[in-house]
Order: sequence, then structure tokens, then C-alpha cells
Amino acid sequence: MTSDTATPAPKRSLPSMSLLGPVIALLVLIAIGASLNSNFLGAANITNVLARSAFIGIIAVGMTFVITAGGLDLSVGSMAAFIAGLMILVMNAALPTLGIGVPIILLGMVVAIVAGIVAGLINGFLITALGIEAFIVTLGTMGIYRSLVTWLADGGTLSLDFGLRTFYRPVYFDGILGISWPIIVFALVVILGEILMSFARFGRHCAATGSNEHVAHYSNVDVNRTRLLTYAMLGLLVGVATIMYVPRLGSASASTGLLWELEAIAAVIIGGTVLKGGFGRVWGTVIGVLILSLIDNILNLTDFVSPYLNGAIQGVIIILAVILQREAKAKG
Amino acid sequence: MGDAVTTPPTLALRDVRKSFGPIEVLHGVDLELRAGEVLALIGENGAGKSTTMKILAGYQGATSGRILLDGEEVTFASLHDGEEAGIVMIHQEFNIAEQLTVEQNIFLGRELRRGWLLDKKKMRQLTRDYLDRVNCDVDPNARVSTLSNSDKQMVEIAKALSRDARILIMDEPTAVLTAQETDVLFDQVRALKKAGTAILFTSHKLGEVAEIADQVTILRDGSVVHDGPAAEVSEDEMATAMVGRDVSDLFPDKPDTPPGEVMMRVEGLTVPGYAEDIGFELRRGEILGIAGLIGSGRTEAMEGLCGLRPASARLVEIGGKAADIRRPKDARDHGLCYLTEDRKLRGLLLGMGLRVNLTLQALDRFGGFLIDKAAEERALDAAIEAFDIRAGQRDVAVGNLSGGNQQKLLLAKVMQTEPSILIVDEPTRGIDIGTKQQIYAYLRNLAAQGHGIVMISSEMQEVIGLSDRVMVMRSGRSAGILSGDEIGEDAIVRRAMGVGADMNGKVA
Ligand SMILES: Nc1ncnc2c1ncn2[C@@H]1O[C@H](COP(=O)(O)OP(=O)(O)OP(=O)(O)O)[C@@H](O)[C@H]1O
Ligand SMILES: [Mg+2]
Repeated sequence: MTSDTATPAPKRSLPSMSLLGPVIALLVLIAIGASLNSNFLGAANITNVLARSAFIGIIAVGMTFVITAGGLDLSVGSMAAFIAGLMILVMNAALPTLGIGVPIILLGMVVAIVAGIVAGLINGFLITALGIEAFIVTLGTMGIYRSLVTWLADGGTLSLDFGLRTFYRPVYFDGILGISWPIIVFALVVILGEILMSFARFGRHCAATGSNEHVAHYSNVDVNRTRLLTYAMLGLLVGVATIMYVPRLGSASASTGLLWELEAIAAVIIGGTVLKGGFGRVWGTVIGVLILSLIDNILNLTDFVSPYLNGAIQGVIIILAVILQREAKAKG
Repeated sequence: MGDAVTTPPTLALRDVRKSFGPIEVLHGVDLELRAGEVLALIGENGAGKSTTMKILAGYQGATSGRILLDGEEVTFASLHDGEEAGIVMIHQEFNIAEQLTVEQNIFLGRELRRGWLLDKKKMRQLTRDYLDRVNCDVDPNARVSTLSNSDKQMVEIAKALSRDARILIMDEPTAVLTAQETDVLFDQVRALKKAGTAILFTSHKLGEVAEIADQVTILRDGSVVHDGPAAEVSEDEMATAMVGRDVSDLFPDKPDTPPGEVMMRVEGLTVPGYAEDIGFELRRGEILGIAGLIGSGRTEAMEGLCGLRPASARLVEIGGKAADIRRPKDARDHGLCYLTEDRKLRGLLLGMGLRVNLTLQALDRFGGFLIDKAAEERALDAAIEAFDIRAGQRDVAVGNLSGGNQQKLLLAKVMQTEPSILIVDEPTRGIDIGTKQQIYAYLRNLAAQGHGIVMISSEMQEVIGLSDRVMVMRSGRSAGILSGDEIGEDAIVRRAMGVGADMNGKVA
């Protein structure tokens, strides 16, 4: 008995369904899309899908860390709207002094990033230092940011100065080698996120905290700091996503970023991260985001099923994903 | 009661095998439980005791073999079938809902009703009766999460007794109990036995086995190696059959050389609500035992010292320098490390693998920003070897390890921080006698290498056998420090209970 204890386990013959499930679902969707519409696999459509996925995707990567560490953030959609509104206001206000040029764009970006980090820190502080449930705190801030942006826009729309908008547009529409900026930024965020989650100490601390915070505390993991950092990081990424989003429409209103939080959370869960915390994978989240965007895309490209049923199909997929997770757990 | 030999077994296993994945952990187990008899199933950690019990109770299916109930073959498709057959099991791991009250737990799944509504009055009344039967004075309305481990166990026992089982299976029921509570439990067991209940239990405390068991079945590595009346085997013989070697020399010799210089000096340590004005010195190379009743504040005091809970102290000096320890990290920086008594809730991430658990506490030693997984694997190899961790498959979730092997992993994990002062809290809880011997030798050896060790233990034998000095705690205060020949059961008990104090067992 003693002798066989040190031998490494035999390689698993098949990766589990929770691992393969999302990948298979994605491949099936791609096959369906390709068979229904010949433009589906064209460069234009792929770029379109990826660029649209980028906003939710960037946020969802941050959400993966929050959920893995046992938290939740419902405020990201309103936070994005608020940051967009703030950015537009600040840039419009600075226009007379700075004029149209790179400095004013940089100013806008700094505002977005700082605002994102601060908003994330506020969420994190209320949750960790005051010990209020993440669900409650972020439900509250979700309402607050949404209302603030409505107030800033006075119930209407905040629009970026027309000249500025033209100058800023390339941040969404241009790129390098035909790959647009949102896609490049998304890819970078994913790569960094994956490294942080799977190979860095921080990711391990997140998983430990989400898995059992008492054990983590007794193991010298600073649980509160870890949680706080996940919210701050998510806030930062919301800021980054907003930077990419504002040039697309050049405006912000009460309906900006509506339901983004649900899409981000759904992508995370579809990707195999456990909603209760303790286990997360960033690459899974990417697959989750792509699955959600492809459903939308396919429904728009074909008139097979009404695009109005998009939400219903997404809902079914989310529930299926959780069932798969549970079965994997029961077996393991 | 008829002659025990001619009564047909109430419940029996015939050639039962069980595999987890490719690994077979039970290799054809035969076992017989008879009405009015207590059968002790003993064996090393990971021998398959819990697995056997779960198969008997219908919690897990056997891979092959037969279960006979009153001589008839049965298959338990589910837990429910086991309960229908009158089988009740107390698990090694707590199986109670932490967020519910004591009363809700006792009636969980079979709440009494009057019409559509719950009959709260009756349930309250019965809960009190059940708790009284085991001398447990917790409030039926208390949330289980607020109870001490021993009270939780007594609630589990009360719950099991309330089910009027025909067959009662208890997996290490006494591991977290005090001696007095164990006595209470055994009185109940004797009463049930008289009433004709068939009882199966396991324990790593062989003295208990000798005291209460009628029959003994010994498992080693998933096979039965001995089976017969308890009166016919001595404790030493049991230990030898379990472990496969002689373990009569449980404790290493204490050193004759005096210990070295003072490594740590603590004065006026106070943990609000739990401990007050604790002071002691720890010298290089010594093992300082901390004895006391459960609830005397030993754990809380040491957790406070290590920055795990709010505490204050007049003075904490480590290596001659004042140390200000507020967070667990500060303790680590001073080479101080605490091994928790509660491996399930505070010690290990049960859903994760061995490697992640092993290195969690000292992750900074394995790479910088990025983790060096190869180094982690090497550390795991070394730990498996050094602590004889038997995991079957290496990538198994830690929650699937046998209890004793979890404890060994926990010790290995704590040692990853390379502490110079180690505080261990109930270090051998749930550990088999062979491994106990190894752990005692390990701790003594650590001390000999110049570490300082503080050991909290509720096992009198362990405190006396291993400690160079013993601090006794009572109601959150130090009740004296014993050394050399003063260390003895009488002296410890007298201080733990308070001289002339009433002997009702537990101090709140
Ligand atoms: N669900 C599971 N998956 C994989 N292996 C398991 C599982 N449950 C138990 N095992 C393995 O089966 C073996 C027997 O475990 P079991 O819990 O029955 O031991 P035990 O005799 O009760 O030990 P202890 O005294 O430590 O409680 C161990 O090697 C354990 O790792
Ligand atoms: Mg066991």
C-alpha cells in the first residue's frame, strides 16, 4: 500500500464534461452558423462578433476573479454607464482648454480608469471592511450609478462633442493589421487574466478564499485584501471596457450598459467557473462570452428563429451549463 | 437475549469489495453485526473503516459482494432504504446543518406536525428529553454553528438515539469528546445494547474499544486480518494487528538534557471573552503541553497569540525581541505557526487537491509572482514520503482522503512554513496508533533540532507522555504550570477542574 502512494495518478482517459461542455457548445454553434449563412465565417462577421464581445468579455474576465473569490458584482453595467457619462462630461468640459488632440483622449482614459478603480474599491470596501453581503452592496451601487448617469444626462443623452468623437472613433474602429483595438485589448486582458488565475499566487489566493475563507485565513491568506483587489480589478476593467465603448456611439444615457452585469455573470458561469466560488477559469469565460455573442449573431444572420428569442436561448444555455457543472461535481 | 453465537447476524457483509476509480480500497470484507452486541471495527487510517460503514448504512454502494439483513440479501438503492431498515449512522464528519438550530437538526426530515403546522411545543419537549439522555445542556434553540465541536457531536448522538435504531453505526464518535462525554455515550450504548440494538463503532482509542466492545474486527489495507471476541485480544495485540508492527512504545523518551534558552515569552495575553492574562515561557528544544477542559480557552488563547483573532498582550517576546503580532502574516514572519484543531473548517480546502493544500500557507516559497508548480510537486512528493500520506490517487480531492490522512496532510502543510515555534492543537485527533507514534517521534525530533513546540491536547495520555512541562488552563486562565515529576493525571485534573470545584465536567 505504501509503495503505490507515491506513484502519480494514471492520466485521466477523458476530460470531464464540465471541461468539454462549453467547448463543444461553441463548436456546435459555429457549425450551425456556418451551415446557415455563408457569410458567417467571413472576416467581417468574425471581426464584428469579436469586437462586440470585447466589452462584455473584458468585464467578464474581471468578474471571473470576483466570483472565484466568493463574491459577486451586479453593479458593472451601471458602473460602465456612469463612467461613460463622466468621461464624456470631463472631455467636453476640457475641450476649450485642451482642444482636440491626444491629450484630451488620454485625460478621458485616465478619468475612466481612476473612476473604475474607485468604484470597485468602494464596492470592495463595503463588502470586506463592513462585512455586507456582496449581493446587497452591489445591488445598491447598481441603482446608485444608474441613477447618477440619468441625473448627469438629465434624463436624456450625454453626447461627446462632434469633433472629439470623430477624433476618438479610431479607438473602436481602427486597429493593427486589420484587428480592431477592442479585440486586441480583449486578447491582452484574457492572456494576463489567464496567467494571473492559473499561474500566479493571486489566483490561488482567490480560489482559496472562495473555497473556504476560514481555511484561507488560517493559511496566512489575507482574505479581505484578496477580495478587495478582485473588486478593484473588476472596476479597472470596467473602466477599460468603457474606454473602448465610448468611441463606438459617442454618447451615454440611462440605457447604456443595461444588463451587462447579467451577461458577464452568465458568461463566467457558462465558462465553468463555480458561482459559489473556489474555482474559476478565465479561458472558460472567454468561451462563455463567445457563446453568448454567437447566439445573438446567428439569430440576426438568419430568419430561422426570431432574434427576440435571443434571451430565451441564452437562458436555456445558462441553466444547462449549471446542470453540467453539478453533474461533474457529483461524479468527482 | 439468546446465546450470541446462535442468533443470526442482524446485518452482515459477505465478500464486499469497493473501488474508487481504478483503486480498490476494500478487498472482500466479511463482517457480522448481531443484536445486543457491540462490534468494534478498527484499523489504520485509510484501512477502509468509514467506507465499510457507509456501505452498511446504504450511503455508498459496494462494487461487489452482498449485504445480508437478518440473513436475507438486500440492496440499498439509497440512504432512505437504509433508514427504512432501521439503520442509523453517525458520520466521522459532522453531518448537521450548521445554520439550523439544535432542535431543527434533531427533527430534520421528520418534523412533527399538527395538522398543517409544525408542532413546535412537542418537538421542543422531545429535544430536551433527547439531550437530557446524553447529559447535554445546550439550548435547543441555539444555532449549531455556535456550538463547540464536542457539543455538536453530542447533538449528533442525541439525534441518532432519537431515531430508535435497530442498528446503530458510529464512525469515530468519541474523537472530539471529552472523557466524561465519552462515559455518557458509553452508558447510552450499554442501555441500547440491553434493549437489543446492534451497534458498530470505530475509534482510534483502543482503551475505549477494550472497554465497550464485545467483538472486534480488524481491518488492514482493506482486508479483515482479525475477527473475534474483544476479551480475547489485548490492546497491544490489536495495535500490532492493525499496524503490522509492534507499537507498545508509543512515546519517545524525554531528553535528560535541560532545554535551551527562552525562545518565546508571553505575558498578559488576553483574548476578549475567552482567555485572560495568560503567561508562559517556551524554551528551545522543549515541548510545552497545554491541558484543560474543552472550552477552557486554550485554542482561543493560542489563536490570539498567532494573530488569528483579536487579542492583546502585555508582552510577547520572540528570540529576545518584542513581537507585535496582529495578523497571521506577522506570526509567520516571526517563525510562529499554528496547526488548527479543526481540519475540516479551518485546516484544509476539501474540494481541492493535495498539492494546492500543501503549499497554500507558504506559497511565497514556491516561486515569486508566478507559482513554480514543479517545485510544488516536489514538495508534495517529499511530504507524502515524510508523513506517509496514503492518498490512493494523487489528484484526489482532499475531502476524499481518510480522516487520518487529512490530518497528516495538515501537519505537512503547516511544516511548509518552516516555523521555529510550532503550536499544534489536538495534533493526533482521528489518527491511528501507528501514525500517532510517528507523529510523537516527529514532534520530539523537531524539538531536539532546536524548535520550540506548544501542544494543546485533550488526551491526557498524550499530554503526560510527550510534554516536558504542562500548562493547565481553567476558564480562560492559567491554573498553573507543571514540570518534571509533577506531571501526572491527578495534578492536571485537579487544576483543570479547580480544587474543590464542583465536578460537573464542563466549564463554559
Ligand atoms: N470518495 C472517494 N474517492 C476516492 N477515494 C476514496 C473516497 N472515499 C474514500 N477513499 C479512499 O478509500 C480509502 C479508505 O478510506 P476510509 O475513509 O474508509 O478510511 P478509514 O479507515 O475510515 O480511515 P480513518 O481512520 O483515517 O478515518 C482511503 O485510501 C481513501 O483515500
Ligand atoms: Mg474514517
